[in-house]
Amino acid sequence: MSTADQGTQHQASRRSLADTLELDKRLFGMVIAFAILCLAFHIATDGKFMTPRNIFNISVQTVSVGIMATGMVFVIVARHIDLSVGSMLAICSALMAILQTRFLPPILGLGNPAILPITISVGLVAGTSIGALSGWMVGYQRIPSFIVTLGGLLIYRNLAWYTTNGQSVALTDPNVLMFGGSEGVLGPMVSWIIGAVGSVIAVIAVVNSRRSKQLHGFIVKPVWAEGVLVALIVGAMLGVVTLLNSYEIPTAKLKRMYEARGEVMPDGAVAYHGLPISVMILILVAVIMTVVSKKTRLGRYIFATGGNPDAAELSGINTRFLTVKVFALMGFLCALAGLVAQARLQSHGNDIGTLDELKVIAATVIGGTALSGGIGTIYGALLGALVMQSLQSGMAMVGVDTPFQNIVVGGVLIIAVWIDIIYRRQTGALK
Amino acid sequence: MTVSRTPLLEMRDISVSFGGIKAVDHVSIDLHAGEVVGLLGHNGAGKSTLIKVLSGAYQADAGEILLNGKKIEINNPRDARLHNIETIYQTLALSDNLDAASNLFLGRELMTSYGFVDDARMEAETRKILGRLNPNFRKFSVPVSSLSGGQRQSVAIARAVYFDARILIMDEPTAALGPHETRMVAELIHELKAQGLGIFLIEHDIHNVMKLCDRASVMKNGQLVGTVDVADVTDDDILGMIIMGKKPGKRAA
Repeated sequence: MSTADQGTQHQASRRSLADTLELDKRLFGMVIAFAILCLAFHIATDGKFMTPRNIFNISVQTVSVGIMATGMVFVIVARHIDLSVGSMLAICSALMAILQTRFLPPILGLGNPAILPITISVGLVAGTSIGALSGWMVGYQRIPSFIVTLGGLLIYRNLAWYTTNGQSVALTDPNVLMFGGSEGVLGPMVSWIIGAVGSVIAVIAVVNSRRSKQLHGFIVKPVWAEGVLVALIVGAMLGVVTLLNSYEIPTAKLKRMYEARGEVMPDGAVAYHGLPISVMILILVAVIMTVVSKKTRLGRYIFATGGNPDAAELSGINTRFLTVKVFALMGFLCALAGLVAQARLQSHGNDIGTLDELKVIAATVIGGTALSGGIGTIYGALLGALVMQSLQSGMAMVGVDTPFQNIVVGGVLIIAVWIDIIYRRQTGALK
Repeated sequence: MTVSRTPLLEMRDISVSFGGIKAVDHVSIDLHAGEVVGLLGHNGAGKSTLIKVLSGAYQADAGEILLNGKKIEINNPRDARLHNIETIYQTLALSDNLDAASNLFLGRELMTSYGFVDDARMEAETRKILGRLNPNFRKFSVPVSSLSGGQRQSVAIARAVYFDARILIMDEPTAALGPHETRMVAELIHELKAQGLGIFLIEHDIHNVMKLCDRASVMKNGQLVGTVDVADVTDDDILGMIIMGKKPGKRAA
């Protein structure tokens, strides 16, 4: 053991900065690319891109695709694909829209506080069930997921159409709209507290992981490296909170908010947005999904199955039921994304979620999830979703025509995967 | 090798069919504690199918399995593992994208008290067992896809040995190995045998069979040609059984 220690330490002295920090180099590269992208747009728009307002908008617009992308990571890691996520979002959204506007109010009475929880629960259960059905067809009946979900894409999209007769359903309940973004913000104080709590949790997690490694006599990275890592994490969290906390609520809207409470707005009153509830939902989903992927049996089995389905089966893993779980989770997340999407748009439109399957898959793949299975990260997919949304938003601000926007997004998808393949080939690792 | 005792494991009258083809046709074999039984035959003779019934990958259409004289049910790989029957597959059955510890504990993860997988403890245990089996093994935190053939074999062997196997199935354990690693596997087989494990060894190399096995069961076209004590026969006798499907007359056990 002592010779082994010396060997590793000798290697450690020659390791690069990124290695010492044990940073995911791929993630590092993506963050830098993203930063360059933002900077370029910032310059091209004369400093309008990286303003609190625009960052707020982009983050709110990313939530729906981001939530689904975290689920898509599991689906693709397990060597499947789900082309029906946009349609599942639509059917769940349609269901929730007509429940809260047409079916429940006559039964429970308009404005009954039970309407919203029932609506959301039914939506989430519906999404989970639809996903589980797809998973059953893929896992137990061995129909390729491409076919099952391609069929689902048509079926659920048009079921949604049929459900609402193709009409838009306007949503007015403020309790629903608060899931959309600008209508539901936490304000600076709560945002600061969340940022602080998040920072403390991050520090505790790093310290705990280090202690657990030391307990078993493993080599840990130097204290300064841990410190840099913690500083980066905490800095990013508090930076985002600072930005969103400095986005002022427009005076006209603030006036309406005061009026809604039956008060008169005092002269010179200012208020700030802070973290939107929808973004908090996305962060929460991402944290839970990351823990599931790294720290639970479910996540371990999903990755094992993606790496070698036969080996997983021979290790006693019930890969068929695992497939059902993965697709059911995807369905649940589609329903959640549906809630956020309809709240942000303040209505359920017939075209809600159209082409989302492509955005979600693109975000996941740009984020480093390999279509051959076994490899992928939640944070990568989130960054992928952010890159896609920033590209689209930035190009719109610069004034690029819509056809060219889509052409660029398509090109970026292909180039991102191409660079990834070159990177993996050069490092020789599948990491 | 006394035959009078109850065998550690007995597979009685096992039949497996795929469609209309009988892959295994009423085959009976047994295994005693501290014994190595070689399973021989051409490709397609049915030995892998027979052994997969024992490891839970396939289910027999007929026949029974007895452990210490008591009938047991093996419907999936989990059942086999519960009866301390461990298998080292020819393909190694490793998930290439996971590291050594994750593979070693796959399906039997060590958990923390909060119900999360305990990666640190699993890595520590992996370091211990691999330190014993293959002292040169260092690459604990990389996916097993970046390991050499011998290192991957070490992980597969460690997985079978770690969980107190009573019966070990080795499917051509030396097929992909160099001479040095082959010798390590041979030493390991002797050591495990001395500890009282029963080992089924699927092997094509007749010299390894003569060197490592106590008895040899030969299969041809899904049927058992016969079982012989290796000490009583020559390698030509065994080759004759494999090729001609004939038992060497009076000397057979």
